[in-house]
Amino acid sequence: MAIWVDENTRVVVQGLTGKEGRFHAARCREYGTQIVAGVTPGKGGQEVDGVPIFNTVAEARKATGCNASLIFVPPLGAADAILEAADAGVELVVCITEGIPARDEVLVRQALAGSPVRLIGPNCPGIISPGKAKLGIMPAHIHREGTIGVVSRSGTLTYEAVDQLTKLGLGQSTCVGIGGDPVPGTSFVDVLAAFQEDPQTEAVVLIGEIGGTAEEEAAEYVKGHFSKPVVAFVAGQTAPPGRRMGHAGAIISGGKGTAKEKMQALQAAGIHVVPTPAEIGATVAEVLGRG
Amino acid sequence: MKVHEYQAKEILARYGVAVPRGRVATTPDEARAIARELGGSVVIKAQVHAGGRGKAGGVKLAANPDQAEQAARQILGMRLVSPQTGPEGKLVRKVLVEEALPIAQELYLGVVLDRSRALPVMMASRFGGMEIEEVAREHPEAILKEHFDAALGLRAFQARKLGFALGLLDQPFKEFVNFAQALARAYNETDASLAEINPLLVTEDGRVLALDAKMNFDDNALSRHPDLAALRDVDEEDPYEVEASKYDLNYVKLDGNIGCMVNGAGLAMATMDIIKHYGGNPANFLDVGGGASQERVENAFRILLSDPNVRAVLINIFGGIVRCDMIAAGVVAAARNLEVKLPIVVRLEGTNVEEGRRILAESGLPLHPASTMAEAAEKVVQLAR
Repeated sequence: MAIWVDENTRVVVQGLTGKEGRFHAARCREYGTQIVAGVTPGKGGQEVDGVPIFNTVAEARKATGCNASLIFVPPLGAADAILEAADAGVELVVCITEGIPARDEVLVRQALAGSPVRLIGPNCPGIISPGKAKLGIMPAHIHREGTIGVVSRSGTLTYEAVDQLTKLGLGQSTCVGIGGDPVPGTSFVDVLAAFQEDPQTEAVVLIGEIGGTAEEEAAEYVKGHFSKPVVAFVAGQTAPPGRRMGHAGAIISGGKGTAKEKMQALQAAGIHVVPTPAEIGATVAEVLGRG
Repeated sequence: MKVHEYQAKEILARYGVAVPRGRVATTPDEARAIARELGGSVVIKAQVHAGGRGKAGGVKLAANPDQAEQAARQILGMRLVSPQTGPEGKLVRKVLVEEALPIAQELYLGVVLDRSRALPVMMASRFGGMEIEEVAREHPEAILKEHFDAALGLRAFQARKLGFALGLLDQPFKEFVNFAQALARAYNETDASLAEINPLLVTEDGRVLALDAKMNFDDNALSRHPDLAALRDVDEEDPYEVEASKYDLNYVKLDGNIGCMVNGAGLAMATMDIIKHYGGNPANFLDVGGGASQERVENAFRILLSDPNVRAVLINIFGGIVRCDMIAAGVVAAARNLEVKLPIVVRLEGTNVEEGRRILAESGLPLHPASTMAEAAEKVVQLAR
């Protein structure tokens, strides 16, 4: 099972002719992901590593039946790329691009409201269902197929957690990076709802960070609707208020969005909150009685 | 990015937001000339990127050009210390000289992005001059909110809802509706992350103006607003952070003594957290980015070592796509070039980690390897003591 991506996912890469796009698309293909098309306006008819390039996502979809898009378009063009994929009827859009203006993200959210399109990211490592498909930039080799769902606002911190899980023999069903921006397309709650329905997923690791209220919303959701064990870590316990910590969304503003508030909310929802990232893997093993 | 009050008012005025007449001055003479030009009483306001200026002695009323010059002389060159500046204060290099207006009422009006609704929201309250966070704590019912469409802006009916709820009537009401819509337009069109008018002034003769103004802009959007990007005042920023920004490094100065270099923002925050957990104090947040090339590592090293508080360094890299052996070679070269004497704990994990660890071990540098984050944190905390 796993969620949202598997061996049947047919992927168009927007920005495949760029350096990043080409490099990471090749890694995704090596992993077994079906990369069926690329889109770069003006380069239609060319090929990159044997993958046909189209001028528009609509053409790519007509010719290849792609149902997911992976976006490596520069920041000021990324919102347009997302809307183009949605317009072409692509169901899942994964946007890796970092540095998109917040207003563009708000306008994308407004435009996609009520549509069936799922946007993951932006500013995220992507999504991987180990053993099935990878749409993103995460190092594939640290993952193993298994039963732990992972959802995170971070990139390398997620790799850290996944690595711990794999070394303890705990494979993953799907790992979703929802990204570090203030207006993500997919929230913790969206991912948790999908994990709840996924028979392969036995437990979930949730990695949050300072800023916004996504963790509090996740806690509220888990209280009422989620029956599987959750282990959580919140990064930024020592972050000063009012300062942006790398990610556009990682900022304590007006005294709100602190790690402490988030950890308390998660704990109150019965979630196992670990104080340091070093304990994520071991705590999952313990919770599942495999410690 | 933050800008000064006088810059925020200039920008807002372009969008039709009413602001008092005034200009910025860098010398007492200029302040006198501007006061003469404006006529009547003026207010002299210190221009620094921090709030709480009034209580800190950075705002003075002057009845004539002589007094204006005198007030400017007192404020220019002072180190303004407010709860928002830290104990070292901020040097005042500019003052805003502005007409003094007869105050009938002070309100609050601000626009921010409401992340949970993914929409901009205009907030208003009758408690002008009070910080909105304080109002939220003490009088939450007094905060009025209108979320608005990021493409359409604040509609007139929404501005009217706020105006009526604030109890405004007649001319102030009409002026408020225009003011609120213009403020929303300025927020949208400049890619602002904050546009705050506190206080919003209602004068005795029924006019509505921005007595103070604060605007912050989305760093990710500055490339499409070169005019706004040019308003950046590096004098107001931490010099280490200014240096780091030249190399696209995400660096935030903190007050501890353990320098940190990490790839990825989340892992960098988590590294600070685990240092604290083991009883240490991070000197900085530093994300060298996914690439972590030798050049980036070297620049990052140089910046974090220039902080005299740093007693030990923790490098925590999770090599994903980037190979650990490349990172190790970069760390060794950078440490040699910079002749680093401080103890450095290096924790590498991920692709080609064995090769990476071998390179570190054979370098002959004061490098302390660690295999887990917990071990790395424990070691660096001891070494910093």
